[in-house]
Amino acid sequence: MSTEPGLIECRDAGFELNGQPIVSGLNFSIPRGEILVLLGRSGSGKTTTLKLINRLLDLTRGEIRFEDKRTADWDPIRLRRRIGYVIQEIGLFPHFSVERNVALVPRLEGWQRARIEARVRELLNLVGLDPAQFAKRYPHELSGGQRQRVGVARALAADPTALLMDEPFGALDPITRGEIQQEFRQLQRGLGKTVVLVTHDVQEALRVADRIGLMEAGRLVEIQKPRDFLQSGNPAVRAVLASLPDRREIP
Amino acid sequence: MNLAEFFSRYGSEIGHRSGEHLFLVGIAILIAVAVGIPGGVMLTRSPRLSAPILAVANAIQTIPSLALFGILIPLPFLGGVGARTAVVALVLYSLLPILRNTFTGINGVDPAIREAGLGMGMTDWQLLWQVEIRLALGVILAGVRVATVIAIGLATIAAAIGAGGLGVFIFRGVAILDNSLILAGAVPAAIMALLADAALGWVERRFVFRRR
Repeated sequence: MSTEPGLIECRDAGFELNGQPIVSGLNFSIPRGEILVLLGRSGSGKTTTLKLINRLLDLTRGEIRFEDKRTADWDPIRLRRRIGYVIQEIGLFPHFSVERNVALVPRLEGWQRARIEARVRELLNLVGLDPAQFAKRYPHELSGGQRQRVGVARALAADPTALLMDEPFGALDPITRGEIQQEFRQLQRGLGKTVVLVTHDVQEALRVADRIGLMEAGRLVEIQKPRDFLQSGNPAVRAVLASLPDRREIP
Repeated sequence: MNLAEFFSRYGSEIGHRSGEHLFLVGIAILIAVAVGIPGGVMLTRSPRLSAPILAVANAIQTIPSLALFGILIPLPFLGGVGARTAVVALVLYSLLPILRNTFTGINGVDPAIREAGLGMGMTDWQLLWQVEIRLALGVILAGVRVATVIAIGLATIAAAIGAGGLGVFIFRGVAILDNSLILAGAVPAAIMALLADAALGWVERRFVFRRR
C-alpha cells in the first residue's frame, strides 16, 4: 500500500439514528481508480455507508475524507456534484428526455450549451447508446438495460472523480445484468474512476470488484481482493460463499 | 314570456352579473392559488405541520356556506357586507383542494427520483422547481380545477351578503317565485363552471407531462 491517502477514507465513521447505531467503526481507504464493492444482506448498512460518503446522511461519529478533506467541511452540494450517484431505481427524471437527464449536472454547473451537447453525445456513445437514436427519447421508452446505461451516463456527466452505485444492476434480468457488469468493468478501467458499489449479489461482487468489503450488522467484517476473499477463513465470509449455487461458477 | 322577450329584458343584466360573478371567483381563485400552492409545498417540507394545517382547512370546508358568509359579516377587516367578504369566503373554501392536492401531488413523486436528484447535487429549490412541481402539476391543477368549479357554484350565495353576481337572479327568483329568473342566474353559472372546467382541462393536457 502506498502512503498516499486514498480518495475516500473512512476513519472510525459511524451513524446512529434515534440512539440506534446503524453503522459503526468503519475504517477503510479507497485508492484512486479502485472498485470497492460493499457486499451484505439488506439492513447490513451498505446503503447507509454510501449515503454517508455523499452526505445524504451526516455522520454522528468519526470522519470521512474525500479528496483529503473531511466531508463535513465540504459544501454538500459541491461534494455531490463531484461524486456520481447511481441507484437501483435509477431515478431518471421521467419528464426529461435522455439528453436532458444526462445533461443534468452540467446544466446545474452552468456549462455552455455547445459543451453540454458535445458531452452528452460523448457519454451516450461511451455507454453504447447511439445519440441519434436515443437522445430525444424519454425514459419510459427505454428498456431496463438502456435506462441503466443512461443512469451511468448521467452520473459521469460532469466528470466526477468517484461514483457511488447502490445496487445499480439489481433490477435487470440476469442476461442483461451480466453484459452490463462486463461493460461497466471495461468502462471503469478506461476511465479510472473510483467506485463504491453496493450489492447483495456475491457473484456480482466477485465479477466487478477490485476489493470486496463484507458488511454485517453495520460493521465492515472483512475487506479483501476477490481472490483472497474466496480463500478467507473468516466465518462470515464462508457463510456468504456457501450461499453460491455452484462454486464452479465463480469467475 | 318567450325566450326573445326574456333576453331583451334581462340580457344586459345577465352580462353584468356574470361579470361580477367572474370577478369574485377569479380574484378568490388567484388568492387561493397564491396561498395554497406555496402553502402545500411548505407542508411537504415540514411534515409535522401538515396534519394540523390540513385538519383546519378540512374543518373550514365543513362549515355550511351560507353560515360562513354570515359569520364573516361582523368581522373587522375581512368582513362587512359586499364583495370583499364574499371573496374571503370563497378563498377559504378554495384553499383546501389546492393545498391538499399540492401536498399530495408532491409527496406522490417517486422517492427514488428525489433521492437521485439530491444525490446528484441538486439543491432543494432546484429539485422542487425542475422536478417535483413538474411531476405534481397534474394533481395540483386538478385541485385548482375542483376549487374553481366549486367556487363558481358557491359564489351564487354571495348575493345574500350584497356582493352581487349571478346569485342576485336566483335570490330574486326565489323571493317572487319566478322560475325563469332562477334559471337566468343558474344557467349562466352552470355554463361558466363548464367552461372553466374545460379551459383548465385544456391547460392540464397542454402542460402536464404524461408517461403514455
